[in-house]
Formats: sequence, structure tokens, C-alpha cells
Amino acid sequence: MVETMFEMPLEPAGVPRGRAMLERADWAARAFASYDSATVQRIVEAAAAAGAARAHEFAEWAVRETGYGVAEHKLIKNLACSTGIAERYRASDYIDVVIDSDSKIVSVPRPAGVVLALTPSTNPVATVYFKILLALLTRNAVVISPHPYAKQVCAEAARTMAAAAVAAGAPDGCIQVVDEPSIPLINALMTDTRTDVILATGGSPMVRAAYRSGNPAIGVGPGNVPVLVDSSADITAAAQRIVESKAFDNSILCTNESVLIVEESAAAALITALTRAGAHVLTDDERDKVRDLVFPEGHFDPQWVGKDATVIASAAGVRVNPRTKILVAPFDLVVPEEPLAHEKLCPVLGLVRVPTAARGIDAAAAVLRIAGQGHSAAIHSTNPQTIMAFSAAVRVLRVAVNVGNSLGSSGLETNLAPSMTIGTGFFGRSAVGENLEPKHLINWTRVAYNSDASVRMADMSGINPWRVPQGAVPAYPRASNEDQTITAHTPVSVRADGPPDELRDEIRRLIIEELNAIVRG
Amino acid sequence: MSDATALDYGFFSFASKDEVLEKSKEYWNPGKTSFWSEAGVPLVIDRREEYFIYDVSGKRLIDVHLNGGTYNLGHRNPEMVQAITVAMQHFDMGNHHFPSLARTALAEALIKSAPANLTKVIYGSGGGEAIDIAIKTARHTTQKRKILSIIKAYHGHTGLAVGTGDDRFSKLFLSDQPEDFPHVPFNDLEAMDEALKGRDIAAVIMETIPATYGFPLPNPGYLEAVKTLCEKYDALYIADEVQTGLMRTGEMWGITKHGIEPDILVTGKGISGGMYPIAAVLVSERCAGWLTEDGFGHISTFGGAELGCIAALKALEVCGRPETRSMVHYISDFIGKGLQQIQATYPDWFIGIRQNGVVMGLEFAHPQGAKFVMKRLYENGVWAIFSTLDPRVLQYKPGILVKPELAEELLDRTEVGIAKALADVRALDRKSR
Repeated sequence: MVETMFEMPLEPAGVPRGRAMLERADWAARAFASYDSATVQRIVEAAAAAGAARAHEFAEWAVRETGYGVAEHKLIKNLACSTGIAERYRASDYIDVVIDSDSKIVSVPRPAGVVLALTPSTNPVATVYFKILLALLTRNAVVISPHPYAKQVCAEAARTMAAAAVAAGAPDGCIQVVDEPSIPLINALMTDTRTDVILATGGSPMVRAAYRSGNPAIGVGPGNVPVLVDSSADITAAAQRIVESKAFDNSILCTNESVLIVEESAAAALITALTRAGAHVLTDDERDKVRDLVFPEGHFDPQWVGKDATVIASAAGVRVNPRTKILVAPFDLVVPEEPLAHEKLCPVLGLVRVPTAARGIDAAAAVLRIAGQGHSAAIHSTNPQTIMAFSAAVRVLRVAVNVGNSLGSSGLETNLAPSMTIGTGFFGRSAVGENLEPKHLINWTRVAYNSDASVRMADMSGINPWRVPQGAVPAYPRASNEDQTITAHTPVSVRADGPPDELRDEIRRLIIEELNAIVRG
Repeated sequence: MSDATALDYGFFSFASKDEVLEKSKEYWNPGKTSFWSEAGVPLVIDRREEYFIYDVSGKRLIDVHLNGGTYNLGHRNPEMVQAITVAMQHFDMGNHHFPSLARTALAEALIKSAPANLTKVIYGSGGGEAIDIAIKTARHTTQKRKILSIIKAYHGHTGLAVGTGDDRFSKLFLSDQPEDFPHVPFNDLEAMDEALKGRDIAAVIMETIPATYGFPLPNPGYLEAVKTLCEKYDALYIADEVQTGLMRTGEMWGITKHGIEPDILVTGKGISGGMYPIAAVLVSERCAGWLTEDGFGHISTFGGAELGCIAALKALEVCGRPETRSMVHYISDFIGKGLQQIQATYPDWFIGIRQNGVVMGLEFAHPQGAKFVMKRLYENGVWAIFSTLDPRVLQYKPGILVKPELAEELLDRTEVGIAKALADVRALDRKSR
């Protein structure tokens, strides 16, 4: 409520606007729900290309606006979540009717309608892109409510995709974004009956609020990722992967490793390899300094979110090599009162030694008792018995094997669905246990025939209930006595086809350049 | 209410709906009260919310009359109610002589919403007064008396406004003023040229789409040509945007869809948010002279009441949201296509759709056609009014915030009402044969 001279408070201006967005989205969703697959494909490609074309700019902008993360890593995610997602799902079909003559069941995909997408400050643009494209792939309208720390870049990112989508024929208002997110506004949006599903990616209080809203919600819990290295692992490779993964985006992701657990017999070699890979393994004295800095009085100080390892070391009074990527903080026991056993959101990695792999699994379970159930864990091992024992014991829904967890569990370096939203399932008090993907945003109408063999199933092949939209959606309200066949008055921004070839080539060239730049480092 | 039939509202009570109707005839307006009962619309409005009005019997009606757009934003729109309720803790109507907070804020907002040539605002307490202000302003500016309007025009019932309209409302009160208020046929440019070329016309006053005449649409280019003629013969152009303003045509002011910068623009009805009466006249710098020469030239105690200004500010803000504009386009598209489908089913009966945004006139093949449809729609839960000056045409004016489900329901009910009215007309025809 806004403080004014009045006793009775006024609703913040953004709240009624937010409701209006949902109403507009409802109209858009209804129009979108009957689109044909070819048009949708064109819309998805156009939005993805527009997002990719500004991926680099937005990566830098996000770091500047939030004050954390690593631009070059954000670029990777922004591309993965724009053209990457379009590519990944190009062969998938969430629109056409499926006929199963054997079971005499026809399945008709039905979009959710209005998706309310809450996006975090840690993966700001990538998550905006990701959720928009999932919505477009499934013919849903989406209202983005970005984290306040990243609201400017997210609004611009969403508008970039929205403009391209509408230019390619998407219904007006199918992608909208809240400019001034606030708690009352988010509550109003979440509890509104026009919201058909909430995609909540962010902190626990927000995710819990989404589930309490009374609306269908797909929320994800926090991560606190244990990574086990046993004696069978390729130690050098494991060390490199762990350092890279922990350093990725300065460890602000829920998928970054939190506590490294190493079998005693491999510990010395791993520490050497970690150091070689760019880690600084802290002495006990240095560890205490870093712990006191990052967890003053036992609580994480948010000012260190996503800061460089060297910045943290310097602030703690620890001398490190200027090329240090992560700080490794050894401690003895995974217990709740040990701050280093909690999620850290900065490039400080806990390190615990265990006598056996079995004790390592126990330690990993202990990490998850503190936080992160249902999320992800990693293991570096060549022993299938250990990998299976680990996976069956630890309460997570994805185990990344011999790969960094940041890009492993999010599907960028594994064959899991590439996702910025990691479903934590029942362990993590969520409705979805998989990586969020387009299929989660549709239901299917099942057209089920009498199973009795005497009742014949009609041939429905070739019947397409969806339509190619004609012109702008909605049509501009011209007077009914104007000649409707004159098309010269059609707003110039509305085009039935995708971006012209030159633009598409230009976008492709930019993406390749950016990727090359990353590879060159 | 303890007794199911009693109508006890605390402020007043009636034993029954019949008692209301009897006393309405006795103390208020016997003609009107009887008319509606006889027309098959025995409505006494009780509850009202969103786009619904409820008869005291409990019957629910979807309102597509909206009192000419007064309920553009729905009945008791929660944002309107909140704005006025909060404002009442600090403001009352204000003192009309002094510069005021709310009047200034609203004037600035109106000017920013309007064509760029309009620079100052004068307030009235209702549309009629606002039209009178517009006419007086035109006369002062041009130092000419005559105001040209179209035959079957309707701009209100006050002293000057009534002169611009059909005789039906002026002769009754010996208030027709034919020498000062000539009329020309609508959509007739030759007649317009003929009437203007004597250069003795102060202004042409035009509704962008004449509402009470059943929303006949201006021919493409007609309004533009009228404006050009005004410039040629030194007459002002007064755009009556009472029913076509406030996003009802899909733009804030319907006249801007014609690329016209009127010298004077009048708004009323919907600008009140349906909650607190207010109207406004927006004038160009050339027309604003009297406000400097004699700022007390037009005095109105209730005109620009500060609570009304706050209501208007809120209404203007809601109308001006990009979301609202987009929704009007959806609503217009959806209902327009739905009506076309109904028309295709009854092409010989439902013979025309006049539409610009959510301003719609439905034309029927009978001299009193819209009255039959009105009655059957009422029975089927829709309140739409016939056009007083062309009863073949039903005014069909959905709100600008209509939700998709309501639009669907409205079309379902409309189809049934139109079909039943056709059966009524056919039955009458058979009888008369």
C-alpha cells in the first residue's frame, strides 16, 4: 500500500496495471490457443533470434545491473536459452493432434493459457528467454515478473522477444513484462484467477507463496549441491570440471557445487589438481577469515553474492594468486551449525574428507538435510556401484556424473532437458521433478472411443482443428464501412512471416562470432 | 432484507417492486415509468457490478447500453470506487472560483491525452453543459452565432445543446431555435458546403459517430472533408466525443482515427467513471481567448467538482493503459466477428452491423426492429437500447474491459434474442395480413 496523506491507503499503481496485464494476456492466450504449428514455429524462431542478437548486450547489462555474475558465462546461458532452446525443440510438436488407432484415443494438446513467470536475479535474462520460449512453443501467453534487482534488463529482454514474436504473427500481448515488481503486485498476480499457472523460479518464500496462491504452480526449491569424488575418479578431469563449474557465473546458480566431498585416499591428489585448475585451497586460518567474512555471525552476507574469488579473498585478508577462480574451504563435519555446509552463492566451495565412498554418500545426504532436497548432486567416479548407491541414497532428482553440475544438471552439458528451472519434485515440495520443459505447459484432451471392438473409430487423420491466423491478431478496429480489402492501412509492424533473410543471416553471424569469442576465452 | 419481497435499503424502503413503480409514476416521471413497462423492460436497477445490472427481482442483465458509455469501465469499477472513497477523506466538490489541485491535475492529464492542438480545459457538470460551453466558446471565438449540426443530431438537452438536436426534444419546450441552429443531412458534403459557404457559421458540431441516430458511420473521408470545409469557410470544428472518446473506438479519442485536430473536443459520460458526474471541453489556444479575457465568463458550481476530477483522472488513466487499448481491439474483433456469424444466420432480418471498435449499431429489417430485439434481449439477460432517432437500429455498446467469457456469453444471448425477435415480427406480419 502506498503512503499518502489519506488514512485509507491506495493500492500501489502497479497492482491494477498488473491485473490489466493478466486480462490482456487472457485475450491473447485464447487467440494463441488455436494457432497452427507452422506459424508458431516461425514465431519461436523469430523471438529466439531476436533474443540471441542481444544476448551479449544483455549479459553485460545483467552483470552491471545486479552487480554479480560473469558476463561471458551469462552470454552462454542467454544463447542456450534463446536459439539453443529453439534448436532443441525444433523437432518437438506441442500443437498437432496425436491419433492412436490401437488404443482408439486421440490426443489434442491444450495450452495452459496465461503463464505467470517469476524470474530470478541470478539467471535474469536467460530465465526470461527460457520461459518466454517455452510459452511460445506451447501457445501460451506469458506475463514476466522479474526480480527487482534485474528488472530493467529483464523488461528490455522480454520486450525484445515480444516485438519479434508479434512481428512474426503472435497475438498482441502474448508476452508482457512487469516494469516495477513489488510484493503486493506479485501477490496480486499470483492469486488472480486469470493466472493459469505460475512458474516460480527464485527464493523459497516466493516459491512457497506461489504454492499457497490457490493457482496451479510449478515452483522449485533451492539447491545446495554436494559433489562426491571417489578414489575411482579421473582426479585431474574431476578437479578441472569442479573448478570451472563452481566458478561458472561466480557461483550464483542453484546448480553450482556447494560442498565437495572427497574420499580420503584421493584427497591429496585432488587438492593438487584443484590448485592447478585455478582453485586456492585455504589453510585453516584463511578458512576462518573467509568464513567470518562471508558468514558474519553465521549468516550469509548478501554483499558477496556472485563476487570474484579474488575480491572475496582480498576482503578477507587472504593473499591469493590474481588468477584464482574459486576458494576451497576445508571443514570437518557436515552439520547445520557449520556455515560452510550451507548454500553459498559465491565462489567459495566447502571441502570435506571422508574415509570411504559410503561415508561420502552419508555426507552428501547430510548436505541435503540442511537444504536443497530434490535439487541436484554430482559425482565423479568410474565405479557404477558407487554411482548407483549415491543416486539411490541422496534425496535429489538429478545426479550429474563426471560433469560439472552447473551445466550438467541444467542440461547444457548433459542430455537432460536444457532448463533454467530445476524441478525439485516431492523431495523439494514442488509439483514437478524434472527440468522444466515445454511439455509442462500443456494438458491434453483425450478423445477416447468405446473400447468395444464393435464400435468403429472414425478416421480423423488430416483433420486439423487449428488455424493459420489472418493478419494481425487482433485486427485493428477499423470502421465497418471502410473497405476491408485495402491492406495499405495494416500497421507496418505486423508481418505474417519471420525476420527477413538478411536479418536472420546477421543474427546467425553475430551468434557465431560470440561463440568463437567464448571459445577463444 | 428479512422479508424476501421487501426492498429495504436503510436509506429508504419499499414493500415491493410494484410499490416502487407506483410511486415512481406518482412522484417522479409517469411517462418514462409507463414506457418501459409497456416496452417489456420493467427494470428497476438494484445491484450493479462489472458489466452486470440486476433488477430488484434479482434478474441479471449484461449491460451493453452503458448509458452511452458512462459505464465504459463497468459498474462500480473497484478502481473507481477506491479512488473516490479515498479522495473523500480529503476533498469535496471544491470551490469553483479558485484554482484547484484536482482540476489542474485533470486538465493537464486531459491535454496530454488529446490531439496536440488542444491546450486548455473548461469543466461542466454534464455533457449538455459541456456542449453549451463549446458553443459559447465557438461564438466568442468567431463572433458568429450560427451552429451547424446534422439532421437527427443529438448533443444534449441544455439551452444551447438542445438547439443542435432533433426537434423532438426542443419543440416540446418551445425551445427550437432554427435561425441559430441550421441542420444538414449526415454524410452529405454538398449540403455541408452549401450551409457553410455563407461564412456565417461559427462552428460545425459533430459526434464522431452519431449515437442516438443509431451510429450511422461517417462515409470514409466525410469527417475529414467537413473539417477542410470548416477551415475554408472559417468555421470551427467541435468534436462531440462523449460516446466515441475514452478508447471506445480503439483509440483514446475516435476523432484521431480520422487524423482530425478539432478546434474543440467535448467529453462526458464515461469520463465520470460512472461514479461522479463531470464533463470537460478541450479547446485550442485560439478558442481559449475568453479564459484570459474574462475567466468568470462561464460559471458552474458543480462543473469540475474536485471529487469528479479525481474520478475522471482515474477513468482517463484506466482508459489510457496500453493493456486497455489492446483489449478493446480484441473485444472489438471478437464481438464483431461473432455478430457477423449471427448476421449470416439471419441475413434478411439482421441486415447491418455498424461498428467502429466497441461502438456498434445493429440494424434490423423493420421500422421498429430494435424495439423487438431490445425486449427479447432483456428477457434473455442483455440490456441494449434502441436508437431513439432511428428505432430500426439497436445500440450495442460493450464495455472496454469485457472479459473473454463474458463476450462469449453475450454473443450466445444475443443470438437467441435476435432469433426470437424475428419470430415476433413474423407473427405480427401474419396477424396483420
